[in-house]
Amino acid sequence: MQLFFQHLINALQWGSFYALIALGYSMVYGILMLFNFAHGDIFMVGAYIGFGVATALAALAAMSALALPNWLILVLTILIAMYLTSFVGMLVERIGYRPLREAPRASAAITGLMIGIILETGNLAILGAQRIRFPSLIKTSVYDIGGVVVTNKKIMIVVVSLVLMLALNEFIRRTRWGMAMRAMAFDYVVIPLMGVPLNTIASLTFALGSALAAAAGILFAVAYPVLDPYIGITYGWKAFVAAILGGRGSVKGACLAGFLLGFIEIFVGAYLSSSLRDLIAYSIILLILVFRPHGFFGEPHSAKLRL
Amino acid sequence: MRKGLLLVVLILVVGLALSPCAWAKAKTIKVGINAPITGDIPKVGEGSKYAAEMWLEDIKAAGGLEVGGEKYMVEVIVEDNESKPESAAKAATKLITEDEVLAIVGPQASSQAIPAGEMANNYGTPMISPWSTNPDTTKDRPFVFRGCFLDPFQGPVVANFIKDEFGFQKAAVLYDIASDYPKGLAEVFKEAWEKLNGAGSVVAFESFTTKDADFSSQLTNIINSGAQFLFTPQYYNEVALIVQQAQELGFKGPIVGSDSWGSAETVKLCGEACYGLFFSTHYAAAGATGATKEFIERYEKKYGYTPDDVGALTWDALRIVQTAIESTGKLTGDLEKDRMAVKDALANIKEFDGITGKMTFTPDGDPIKCAVIVRISEKGEFEFYKSACP
Repeated sequence: MQLFFQHLINALQWGSFYALIALGYSMVYGILMLFNFAHGDIFMVGAYIGFGVATALAALAAMSALALPNWLILVLTILIAMYLTSFVGMLVERIGYRPLREAPRASAAITGLMIGIILETGNLAILGAQRIRFPSLIKTSVYDIGGVVVTNKKIMIVVVSLVLMLALNEFIRRTRWGMAMRAMAFDYVVIPLMGVPLNTIASLTFALGSALAAAAGILFAVAYPVLDPYIGITYGWKAFVAAILGGRGSVKGACLAGFLLGFIEIFVGAYLSSSLRDLIAYSIILLILVFRPHGFFGEPHSAKLRL
Repeated sequence: MRKGLLLVVLILVVGLALSPCAWAKAKTIKVGINAPITGDIPKVGEGSKYAAEMWLEDIKAAGGLEVGGEKYMVEVIVEDNESKPESAAKAATKLITEDEVLAIVGPQASSQAIPAGEMANNYGTPMISPWSTNPDTTKDRPFVFRGCFLDPFQGPVVANFIKDEFGFQKAAVLYDIASDYPKGLAEVFKEAWEKLNGAGSVVAFESFTTKDADFSSQLTNIINSGAQFLFTPQYYNEVALIVQQAQELGFKGPIVGSDSWGSAETVKLCGEACYGLFFSTHYAAAGATGATKEFIERYEKKYGYTPDDVGALTWDALRIVQTAIESTGKLTGDLEKDRMAVKDALANIKEFDGITGKMTFTPDGDPIKCAVIVRISEKGEFEFYKSACP
């Protein structure tokens, strides 16, 4: 039983990353009917920006008398990196997607792939192929609670992820901007005619998604401190699966599906076969999608509006 | 129209016929380096390149390579294999057919050396992999050699060492099932350990696939199996993640590795979590003497860090190739014949005194040499701990 709980804790951490990244996919897809395939790489860029900020802050703290405690550096790193990465997201939208808004959806999807490759290889060109170790800002404390082992990092990752998800949910449900986003998701052809600026909402959507991806990137780097320019690809794909599984534009769905994906992966690896993990895990998800083609909370959208 | 075409064909044929002559006149020996300059293990590529640069420096200082009383200039062509199997085969083909090298040194990792070795053998070009320890690299391939010992040798060495050092009974193994080197070594180790401790003494045999970052489900199972130590023959980037996660999940036993740990990057990425751990490898920088020490000091001076085993083995491999070329006695200028002569010379090397130890070659192209058990010290240095010979 304690073994089961240990796997559960592991899965909770692993699912947090998928959920946070999936949110960005889901929002963009919900509002602009667009798969932003560069999103996984924005996650990577966020982690690298986080690395830069953390290193700079640590150096600053070491130099001056201004003693920043390490946990504060981490909090500042997450906030600053989220802020900076949101501009990367807006830039991607401005350069990559806005000129193509009237183009066929396939063109935009391919643009996303290209931007992803540019971000990866650009990083490779600037920082080189060496892997980077993310500075360990907080000292790991291991707690043994009745045979189930947790660390302070694990708790922090899950808590921060949940707080961010709740904050996003509140933003979308309770603010005017959120209402505009929801309206846009309903119909992005008619709503702009009623005075809601499409470009501003598109930028906002990308900014929010990228900020969450950056947070995921830094939390990921705290748990798995070895960074390379290609980390975004696999997690991007898998989070994309989570976004589809959650349903178009559904915040709740993306979070739930992200955690579910984490749970399936961990439990298949733990109880069935660690080498066939992805094969079995994604077969299960394919099966779910066969029975629920619109995901958990997605609604079938009318085809005549979109085509 | 047809006449014009004929003329073009004629020109091409003549050009083709003349090109080997041009090559012979230049009196240059080309040696190819097939290395992972980018991709998963760029540090390995860098070490190979630096060792080759140093070797070329020596050759140039001697005024070229002397074969049968004639001096030849040497050109080293470095081709990037992106640490991917298919790119390694492509790089080998390019070096052989386009660059027309006499011999190839590399690739380093087994996953790349196995496909590249097939190309080299098919094209009849001698290739020597300095670092690949998987048996398949040289098996049934007369043109392919290696500069290091084999996985089947490292498996029992590690198993014996653990048994002698700690007296443990129960082992766990965690390895990448999608990569030739860890998979081969994991299986050999399992066999060796079960031979020592009886069937079922490997209580957890868990795997993952390349690029995975989370090993929590495998490690949780390993901890739950009651294993006393963990053997993980992975590359440095995964070692850092596995060691950290194992400790965070409460694994208390030692974690033991193989020569793939022996990169300067291991400690950089892993930090204090790796201090005090053991792995088997080809050479240890700390405590070196003679020619080995000389090489290390030269490398440190030139590049600013201590060379890892890849650098040392690449150096030895290049020297072996040099010895073989020199002992052919005469280069004809006919690439096919010369490649054959170099291959025969490689196979006939009786005893080679390298900086990673004395070695002789078996008929398969594998050297017989000793392994070293290294301990990662509290300062993060690779310290010689024990020597293990076959």
